[in-house]
Amino acid sequence: MKIVVCIKQVPDTTEIKIDPITGTLIRDGVPSIMNPDDKSGLEMALQLKDEKGAHVTVITMGPPQADLILREAYAMGVDRAIHLTDRKFAGADTLATSHALAGALRKIDFDLLITGRQAIDGDTAQVGPQIAEHLDLPQVSYLEDLKFDGDKTFTMKRHIEDGYQMLEVEAPCVVTVLSSANTPRYMNVGGIVDAYQKEVEVWGFNEIEVDEKDLGLKGSPTSVHKAFARGLKPAGELYEVGTDEAVGIIIKKLKEKFILN
Amino acid sequence: MNLEDYKGIYVFIEQREGIIQNVALELLGQARKLADELNDKVYAMLLGHQIADQAQSLIARGADEVIVVDAPELKEYTTEPYTQAICQIINERKPESLFIGATTLGRDLGPRVSARVGTGLTADCTKIEVGENGEMLMTRPAFGGNLMATIVCKNHRPQMGTVRPGVLFAMDADESRTGAIVNYEVKFNAAKFRVKLLKTVKEDNNLIDITEARILVSGGRGIGNKEGFEAMDALANTLNAEVSASRAMVDAGYIGHDRQVGQTGKTVRPDLYFAFGISGAIQHVAGMEDSDLIIAVNKDKYAPIFQVSDLGIVGDAKQIIKKLTERLEKQN
Repeated sequence: MKIVVCIKQVPDTTEIKIDPITGTLIRDGVPSIMNPDDKSGLEMALQLKDEKGAHVTVITMGPPQADLILREAYAMGVDRAIHLTDRKFAGADTLATSHALAGALRKIDFDLLITGRQAIDGDTAQVGPQIAEHLDLPQVSYLEDLKFDGDKTFTMKRHIEDGYQMLEVEAPCVVTVLSSANTPRYMNVGGIVDAYQKEVEVWGFNEIEVDEKDLGLKGSPTSVHKAFARGLKPAGELYEVGTDEAVGIIIKKLKEKFILN
Repeated sequence: MNLEDYKGIYVFIEQREGIIQNVALELLGQARKLADELNDKVYAMLLGHQIADQAQSLIARGADEVIVVDAPELKEYTTEPYTQAICQIINERKPESLFIGATTLGRDLGPRVSARVGTGLTADCTKIEVGENGEMLMTRPAFGGNLMATIVCKNHRPQMGTVRPGVLFAMDADESRTGAIVNYEVKFNAAKFRVKLLKTVKEDNNLIDITEARILVSGGRGIGNKEGFEAMDALANTLNAEVSASRAMVDAGYIGHDRQVGQTGKTVRPDLYFAFGISGAIQHVAGMEDSDLIIAVNKDKYAPIFQVSDLGIVGDAKQIIKKLTERLEKQN
């Protein structure tokens, strides 16, 4: 079986803070990481490799520094890494991003394409299903688990709000994986050294199969009208008092707001 | 694409087992406001099997026309039949804008539809307004809730957005409203149905929807352990409230994901939100800051939760919960 995993380098948004004076994002010192949902997707692929001997390719689209997550993927055990990078891809929204990735994926033979459900910098959950559409493949999003029958049929467990669905799909297909699906393995120590000896294939527009008008800023139907820090309302009263007094203050407030009689 | 040809605000009505989901009514309520501002109409797309009897209720909730697609292929949601149905409606009727609830269903359907018709989709909107030129201004959180971005879809139609449940307001049912109900036939291409639904399993029938609660007693790291949550339960009982939590407590396994408030959980806006031992990371605040009254208790007086609370108490959350419960029990 051949598996391709789409991964993305993202700022660790849990480390981002807002400057309380200017209201702007403090990005200094915020580490870049492999997106958590993608990493679980990669782990799922590596487990299939361990069990069934799959060949695993990772692909990322991003600036030169995104090379780092491809090296990390090598150290975790993938067989091939492709870095999709070109100025023509710049300024892409989710649709244009999905076109570029689909363009690259047309050049790769696979049975299963895995993406993370969503990236923590955008939280859109769109690129996976959009790639599936461009490639005319069935999709299963919010994937928690997957079993392969060894021939061509997958049984999948898809998370929904109040439970789950069991679905059956034949290869080739696209899945988007939740980070709760598994715990990704650590990089192996020998693997980290070897990761830098291995070749990362760098692909640009000329290496992929896509209409140029669908790419980058030109290919993006959406644009940012404005961006702003979340406006917080002014802070309310603050008391530093003993427990009894504090409880009294809370009860008074509840009566004031007619929550208590 | 001639933008002038595109008219109407279309709302996807999510139903599960024939039950219309709240988020659909919230979308209808918002669509009604936008349509009144634009002098346009609201179209509700009701897809499913043997669901037509619910169409009238959607008119009462703000629709001018209900497009009913009743087909066995749509009995339970799978991506392809629903995508085909919505895309046929888009291609034939040319909506100006189209909104879908940002549920696990909507977030599966939305991107597939947007890619098939080649238009933009703004995910997880928390606000939709009309811009100067009648365009939709769709605002959503980005960078894990650290930043808000207003997105536009200038030259493509329909302007599509998914909207988080619990952030928009449904209108009260107005039975005097009138509107049309249209049965719409979809020509399915069954050759493309390649995902087979084997079964849908409900894991817990006792799940409650914290977005419906008027009072939430919410706990974070400062609550510490199981005993802390039991104390919160007792307090919630005296107030007829529900218990919710920050992500840390869900990850630690003290409480289910269905009760998680925040960016990766639910957006709530109860009359009263108690934040006990919750530091107030932006990811949490994003899910509760619109609550009417926020009372926070935290032992760190610099905790960011105090920047959004109406009443802040610097102190031990566990002790205060215990004492407050005793006082309220006495009152009752």
